[in-house]
Amino acid sequence: MFGTFDSPDQRNLLDRTGQGIIGKGLDRPEAGLKVTGRATYAAEYRPENCADGVLVTATVAQGKILQIESEKIEALPGVLGIFTDKLMLRRPAQGTAGRAPAQDPRQIEYHGQPLALVVAETFEQAMHAAKALCITYERHHDVPYDPETAPSEPAEKPIILGDLDEAMANAAHKVDATYETAGHASAAMEPHASIASWQGDDLTIWGSFQMISHNVKELADALRIAPKRVRILSPYVGGGFGSKLGISHDAVAAALAAKALGRPVRVVLTRQQVFTTIMRRSETRQRLRLAADGDGRLTGLGHEAWVSNLPQESFAEPVTQATQFLYGGENRKLCVNIARISRLTAGSVRAPGEAVGMQALEAAMDELAERAGLDPIELRKRNLPSSEPGKDRPYSSRMLAEALDQGAAAFGWHERQPKPCMTREGEWWIGLGVASAARVNMLMPAAARVRLEPDGSLLVQSDQTDIGTGSYAILGQIAGEMLGVPIERVRVELGDSELPSGAGSGGSFGASSTGSAVFRACEAIRDRLAHRLGARSDRLDLRNGIASSGERSAPVAELLRGYALEEIGRIKPGKTQIDYAQASYGAFFCEVAVNAFTAETRIRRLLGVFGFGRVLNQKTARSQCLGGMVWGIGSALSEELSFDLRDGRLMNHDLEQYHLPVHADIPDLDVILLEERDTAASPLQAKGVGELGICGTAGAIANAVYNACGVRAYSFPITPDRLIDRLPEPLT
Amino acid sequence: MSCNPPAKFTVNGMARTYTGDPRRSLLDFLRDDLGLCGTKKGCDHGQCGACTVIVDGRRINSCLTLAIMQHGSEITTIEGLGEPDHLSALQRAFIKHDGFQCGYCTPGQICSATAMLEELAQGWPSHVSADLQHIKLSDDELRERMSGNLCRCGAYSNIIAAIREITEATP
Ligand code: FES
Ligand code: FES
Repeated sequence: MFGTFDSPDQRNLLDRTGQGIIGKGLDRPEAGLKVTGRATYAAEYRPENCADGVLVTATVAQGKILQIESEKIEALPGVLGIFTDKLMLRRPAQGTAGRAPAQDPRQIEYHGQPLALVVAETFEQAMHAAKALCITYERHHDVPYDPETAPSEPAEKPIILGDLDEAMANAAHKVDATYETAGHASAAMEPHASIASWQGDDLTIWGSFQMISHNVKELADALRIAPKRVRILSPYVGGGFGSKLGISHDAVAAALAAKALGRPVRVVLTRQQVFTTIMRRSETRQRLRLAADGDGRLTGLGHEAWVSNLPQESFAEPVTQATQFLYGGENRKLCVNIARISRLTAGSVRAPGEAVGMQALEAAMDELAERAGLDPIELRKRNLPSSEPGKDRPYSSRMLAEALDQGAAAFGWHERQPKPCMTREGEWWIGLGVASAARVNMLMPAAARVRLEPDGSLLVQSDQTDIGTGSYAILGQIAGEMLGVPIERVRVELGDSELPSGAGSGGSFGASSTGSAVFRACEAIRDRLAHRLGARSDRLDLRNGIASSGERSAPVAELLRGYALEEIGRIKPGKTQIDYAQASYGAFFCEVAVNAFTAETRIRRLLGVFGFGRVLNQKTARSQCLGGMVWGIGSALSEELSFDLRDGRLMNHDLEQYHLPVHADIPDLDVILLEERDTAASPLQAKGVGELGICGTAGAIANAVYNACGVRAYSFPITPDRLIDRLPEPLT
Repeated sequence: MSCNPPAKFTVNGMARTYTGDPRRSLLDFLRDDLGLCGTKKGCDHGQCGACTVIVDGRRINSCLTLAIMQHGSEITTIEGLGEPDHLSALQRAFIKHDGFQCGYCTPGQICSATAMLEELAQGWPSHVSADLQHIKLSDDELRERMSGNLCRCGAYSNIIAAIREITEATP
């Protein structure tokens, strides 16, 4: 198959090229636009005569619309129309769906579901009319709101190896604990927005999307038109974190209204609507069972999770994903059960699975270390299997032990008191905690075009998005490195569906997948240049516009003879994905202070050490890690979607009530990036990094809290109310 | 709908007049009427700081005030602080320290920090100031004063590093 990645690429070509820009912490090429407010996001294009639309959402959780009193509203100044089209979305699309999600909003499935779009000449008129619109409902009763009481079924076949019950019964040391994690919102700072404009049968959408080639198909399917009629432009995306993997209500509603009105329409979700309609990370309940022998070696490992979603959604938070490969233990039971309830769609939120699964697993490992009388780092290192349990395939590369060791040295882990409640500073209990980081690695199909211009400058093009991840920077660095072009002479164009399909931004796979497509396009161009120089391409040296090989040397511009060289590179996942257990790894070290009187927890220090293959740009990779760690702090201490169990309403649907970490919550975070090459992961020897920083952080924090004040956290976030009644007497 | 008398004010030094819908926020006026889209809308409710602009030297959330209320004000937006080839020192520091990722909160962070440094220079105390008379510059002061500007990408450490660099350069 063309482009599949079937065997490890051990040439490590990027270590032998001479331009010297790969991996460097270069500034983002779009940085100047972003810091001066000149980068243009979805809602900021103003085609001629554009009208504004505001969505109206359901105030009941399940039922039917009986009547929409449109007449009075249509008569309000500026109002152009009220749309309740059957094609409008009921739910947003899941990542990589590639087809329309549930449509027809007249059937109500969750509180806050969009029902209608009110369009007016101006935003103020549309907002006023939307607020005044009266809808009467037939309200259903006996709706399942509570995941704890709703029946659940296995989301997929459980993994059962050996006999876990017996391993637990015979264990020298064991842990059997149940953890709860709250639901999370992506809450990207840019609300979902779309501007739709039709030219005859062709639709242009300026929108905020993560995976453009999938989004084109989803949109076309929803509108019942051919994908080639849809063009999406998303050059700058104000954060995604999973919430913009699939299309959402704004795009379809804007397109339908624009068609009907014969003029462009803009629909921007309000912040409250982003919370109530887009995508949540499911709350979880997780039972962890760890059985170990006298040396602390795992003999049994159980990880059973309960999550929720709307009926028919195939997505179930894959809580046990990293548990499958991270530690040993031959007797196992891993499963995810799903309850069907009336809450907004659950889907991918940064690091689906590991973000919450790792925090529970790592908290349980801490407890086991204590029972086994081992240092938590030693316990982890003793339990690193030589091949993936149950599958017996090798690990591609795994820097977990190195991360734990280097982190311990850099953090001063030896200063940790093994027993809790040993360090007190004034009102504060101080403690240290550690956790492993792990996140599966994926390669996704991707294509990119590289064009070496007659003057020797470079153009890189793909529909790949940059959602803050650094795609503009790293794709240019890969191409410049491969073809010996200084970075100032490399231009990168992204986020346009007319360009070759990149992998999109999700699952941490964007950089390595689309980067590999760029790499392959460059390889093809290198072959052609080598041929023209009369050299073998593996002996070709390209730097600063000069091609050389042994005695031969020529300016690249001369070899081009006045014409550009253009290639499209492609990559698809192949056998390496099956033959190797692939993941990015790391370790977190945390120091917390817990207030002895109020139970408030503050992060004092947090270090993350990460190994994710080749680092493509030190600066943007580090930023990805920092961002993930901030998410981990949020998940540990403050983020929690709260639903009213009486009517299914999301109670904290804004940024005042849903507590993202703010500046004051985040000390100077430290990041160490390890040198690593993973030849099985991609031809770049790079793996994913975008989500790694969140995968285990909250476990390290919980472990530090225990070390500080002696209270184990079984319910996240660890807000003061969850700790205070178990704190030791503050005055002794 | 229009308002009478008109509001007259300046934006980045240019005289502007507003006579439109009295419900229009300053934020929507800047973005939609003037096309100054550097000022971002993250919540429209004063909860995120993405819309921060500087009015008469003070930072405000432009979603929480109306265009017609600006009569007589001098408004500075991110576009007025620098251009891609004429960056302010703080904008340069943001680039150097990678004080952003998606860039959506960034104009708000930069406008907020620009005015915040002025507040510090004028000796304004904050919740974390130990001594209300003599403010000691510290990272905690910076973090406290910047906490109205959310960044979901989590660029906080780098943002503070960028601001710190400016405070260290100006004695
Ligand atoms: S948009 Fe004004 S504070 Fe969020
Ligand atoms: S840079 Fe994305 S929200 Fe701050």
